[in-house]
Amino acid sequence: MPTMSALNVSVWRGAADGRFETFEVPHSTNQTVLDVVTYIQRLLDSTLSYRFACRVGMCGSCAMTVNGRPRWTCRTHVTKVAPDLRLEIAPLKNLPVIKDLTVDMSDFFTKWQRAKGRFAPTKTRSDPVEKIIPDSQARQAADAGIECINCAVCYAACDVVTWNPDYLGPAALNRAWTLQNDTRDGDQRQRLRAVAGDAGCHACHTHQSCQEHCPKNLNPTASIAGLKAAAFRAALTGKL
Amino acid sequence: MIRPHRNHAGYWAFLLHRFSGLGLAVFLPAHFLVLGLAIEDASKLDSFLVWTEGLPVKAAEMGLVFLLAIHLLGGLRLLMIEFLPWRDWQKTLIVFAGGASVVIAFTFIVNAF
Amino acid sequence: MSGTWAYIAQRTSAMIMAPLVILHLVVIVYAVRSGLTAEAILGRTQGSLFWGLAYGLFVLAAAVHAATGVRVVISEVTRWRGRSLNLAVSAFGLVLLVLGGRAVAAVVL
Repeated sequence: MPTMSALNVSVWRGAADGRFETFEVPHSTNQTVLDVVTYIQRLLDSTLSYRFACRVGMCGSCAMTVNGRPRWTCRTHVTKVAPDLRLEIAPLKNLPVIKDLTVDMSDFFTKWQRAKGRFAPTKTRSDPVEKIIPDSQARQAADAGIECINCAVCYAACDVVTWNPDYLGPAALNRAWTLQNDTRDGDQRQRLRAVAGDAGCHACHTHQSCQEHCPKNLNPTASIAGLKAAAFRAALTGKL
Repeated sequence: MIRPHRNHAGYWAFLLHRFSGLGLAVFLPAHFLVLGLAIEDASKLDSFLVWTEGLPVKAAEMGLVFLLAIHLLGGLRLLMIEFLPWRDWQKTLIVFAGGASVVIAFTFIVNAF
Repeated sequence: MSGTWAYIAQRTSAMIMAPLVILHLVVIVYAVRSGLTAEAILGRTQGSLFWGLAYGLFVLAAAVHAATGVRVVISEVTRWRGRSLNLAVSAFGLVLLVLGGRAVAAVVL
């Protein structure tokens, strides 16, 4: 990889009361933001903390704030986000910073559980396999949201999470919506109750930031809208 | 100005909806009080209406018409998202809502003089 | 699930108001053409069951809509939440309802 020029990279250091530290990193072709962070950690400052695992956009562990926007860094090319060769890399918003670029994801996953984002089986192994028609409405709706990799980019992008820290957030609600459309699931009513109200789907303002920033091009806004309407109907028919 | 993660059509639509809603909520009591003047005496309402005939007040009223129109059209978009199947042309709808609201506001001011 | 009913009230009032706001915009433009006078306004509305019902419903829906809207805005920009906030915005809605009802009465009766 031929080096073309140098990148000016500001990286967040420390916890919430930290500050940005500037590094100079050689720019190369097809360089990702994760490559930049790895270069700093390996060659310039080994005390830099960050997370990554798969490097190919599957594991959802390398999300950071890049020039003010949450992104998956392993599949974000430097040339795409920093044409002027300046990068500002910060930890994800809306989650407590542990150190440098690592955040505490506990809230994110706890809310996943609070939204009952877990499949509740209704059958045993002796029952026949449930028939699900691939082009049924429910299957299509579940399909649309099922590729989530739990990277928390949507959660960090969502201003409602910032303003209302109890809010379950786009990822957990999107997960709940996929399960509400799973005809094998046995926890529909309880889940709808869990995701309704001020801390749930009804707090969403349709900013569409989750949809805008989701690296998998999912649309949590649409999933949340589905939950809103379902809870609306359930409440009016006394089934919530 | 606007933070990078907020700079997209859906967020601008939200900002318009929130500030138009707040503006209308503040204006509403005044609107009701003025109309209520007629309960005692129609001439009281009339003397207030004379005050509204100048350009500054008419321009402000044009602003109010815009707020009402954008809150209506933006709100219809939200109801559509929440109660009908998702459509992918949200940006088109947002641009239409903004454009139509400007047209409605100008229709008001053109007819006011 | 607190807030679900506030949401339902918000969206239901919105659905009710949508056609009324369109009507109101048409009336605004129509009325302003000939200049606003008390005589012109009252001439249209006084003794009219239609305008009385339409604007009566409009006021009711607007009061509910504004109160529930303000509730969400306050809970997001301040730390004020819960019962006391619900009571305060209910009071705001009630004030709008009374003032609006009085305004409708003033132009219709």
